[in-house]
Amino acid sequence: MSNTEPLLDVTGLTKHFPVKGGFPIRRTVGAVQAVDGLDFQVAQGESLGLVGESGCGKSTTGRLITRLLEPTGGTISYQGKDITHASRKQLAPIRSEIQMIFQDPYASLNPRQTVGKIISGPMEINDIDPAGGREKRVRELLEIVGLNPEHFNRFPHEFSGGQRQRIGVARALALEPKLIVADEPVSALDVSIQAQVVNLLQKVQEELGIAFVFIAHDLAIVRHFSQRVAVMYLGKIVEIADRDDLYGNPRHPYTRALLSAVPEATVDDTPRERIRLTGDVPSPINPPSGCRFRTRCWKATEKCATEAPPLVQVEGNKPGHLTACHYPETGNSAPADRLDKTPRAAA
Amino acid sequence: MTPPTPSAAAPLEVTDETVETSPSPSTPKGGESRSPGQLAWRRFKRDRTGVISACVVIFFFVIALAAPLIAKVYGKDPYTTYGLNTPGLLGDNGFPVAPNGGISGEFWFGIDPQLGRDVFTFLLYAIRNSLLISTGITVLVVVIGVVMGVTAGYLGGKTDWLIGRVIDLLLAFPSQLFFVAFTPVVLALFVSPDENTPVWLTVVCLIGLLTLFGWASIGRLLRGQVLALREREFVEAAKVTGASPARIIFKELLPNLWTPILIQATLTLPLMVTTEAGLAFLGVGLQDPTPDWGVMIGYAAKFYQDDITFLLFPGLAMVIFVLAFNLLGDSVRDALDPKTKR
Repeated sequence: MSNTEPLLDVTGLTKHFPVKGGFPIRRTVGAVQAVDGLDFQVAQGESLGLVGESGCGKSTTGRLITRLLEPTGGTISYQGKDITHASRKQLAPIRSEIQMIFQDPYASLNPRQTVGKIISGPMEINDIDPAGGREKRVRELLEIVGLNPEHFNRFPHEFSGGQRQRIGVARALALEPKLIVADEPVSALDVSIQAQVVNLLQKVQEELGIAFVFIAHDLAIVRHFSQRVAVMYLGKIVEIADRDDLYGNPRHPYTRALLSAVPEATVDDTPRERIRLTGDVPSPINPPSGCRFRTRCWKATEKCATEAPPLVQVEGNKPGHLTACHYPETGNSAPADRLDKTPRAAA
Repeated sequence: MTPPTPSAAAPLEVTDETVETSPSPSTPKGGESRSPGQLAWRRFKRDRTGVISACVVIFFFVIALAAPLIAKVYGKDPYTTYGLNTPGLLGDNGFPVAPNGGISGEFWFGIDPQLGRDVFTFLLYAIRNSLLISTGITVLVVVIGVVMGVTAGYLGGKTDWLIGRVIDLLLAFPSQLFFVAFTPVVLALFVSPDENTPVWLTVVCLIGLLTLFGWASIGRLLRGQVLALREREFVEAAKVTGASPARIIFKELLPNLWTPILIQATLTLPLMVTTEAGLAFLGVGLQDPTPDWGVMIGYAAKFYQDDITFLLFPGLAMVIFVLAFNLLGDSVRDALDPKTKR
């Protein structure tokens, strides 16, 4: 972590989606608590991984940061500027600095626009005229993401999934952003292509110094890509730590369970303990009291039901390693070797 | 010179067209990229039915637009009662003396009974008036439908609810009955009963009423399409870069809506032609002596038991036109949307 002011500072970020019901007058009868009180920071040039199972609010978080959704509560500040409820006009100067890469490369490119138009669109909207013209810049960007610059006149339907995702990356890079929110950028791609795209993103991050919020559910890819990792469960961050700390010394039972679910790469290893979680993720409309993980946690006690554990640096954690648990796991049986040091994505 | 009946002329034009188009697919070769629109055009050109229908439709529009010119060359007009002016053309019973409704070298499609007007020019002007009115209605219907549908779909919330209920109401309304019952009322608002209703007022009234009830189905269709599109990630991508709602609608959404818009337009026009003719036939649309498809069929219906010729020309022309236009609509849909191909 750098010691300068964080690029993005999120405190108490909350998003509740109203549930409407009733007849004849529809009114709000409840709320899906998709994201409930997130605190995290992203430093300049840093990559923060956001992991968690489906429906835990990862994508909602990404969309809140890019202000595609209006937060219900909390604050988002970018370089010290509060953008929580900024209007489109107020956001205009920041738009070019926070960009997004989307999950589905088949839905994120307008089928009626040429690649050139797609990539130059952001420049057109923000009135950016790079030296040498937009077309030259588009060619440059295509080259950066590893596509043939001559293809700028083609349409998205002429490209494969991986190539389309590269176009999406080029579009995000067109405005020279400082922060890119990547919402599961590789989960819709073939495994062989995933590695290429992740390596491309890594190259972009290193060479251009762009900070990333990398949303994924593949732990290996996050480990490969992110310097810091936050684990989410049911709208809350349960643990956030530097990469090696989190993978080597998981303190939250949920993090442990997640890490134990990663498939083993070596066959002749000693059979490891596999934590199987029972039951389903509770509904975010009516989350459990206290600790949200208690319904599936093997350590849960009365205290967990009454008191929500704060996200703090629990005993035995390194600085910057925060865990939200009353009874953190001890670091002895660290499942560090469980995860292949060189994940498949790097191959 | 042969009489330019639609059925005879259409295949003639088609042969020209196919000769023209057949070598063209080989020219745009060489790895050049094609837009979805170009791909659709290529598919359309390969569709024999579609090309023939398009030619028939174009032929009708050309003769409609060129009606005054054709009438001038031909030397007649649709209003002069040749039969009454020139003795010997109509018999004592009011029917043309010459066989087949008085078809002769002078009157190509014959003359009509009792008044003895020239059927050929009358039909030309009838097609002209009907197509102008129907095209006007279609343009208005499509524009209003697109605006309302896109607005409802994109804004959502209360606007969507309001527009949705208006559409429900319009679609549930027995519009044909409404036209018959309400057209005289609307006209009476502007013209006192003892005055003659000016033709332009009837036309405006017709266009207004048919537009009022016509846009609902297009509006609903587009609302659904926009609802589906606006959740797509490319719209979010545009928002993330700071695009204005106007830019999102015109640059991101509308290009993806041309397919349903075009298809709906090609289906609306023939519907409007028949509706307009139906209203004229029922006596609430254009009135004799204004040439109109429905007026002509209505007039001919009085005599069809004695001589069917007068019914044959407008009826056949209309069937050919509507059929061709509907087939064209099908082909356009197939070309734009290859997945729906039968």
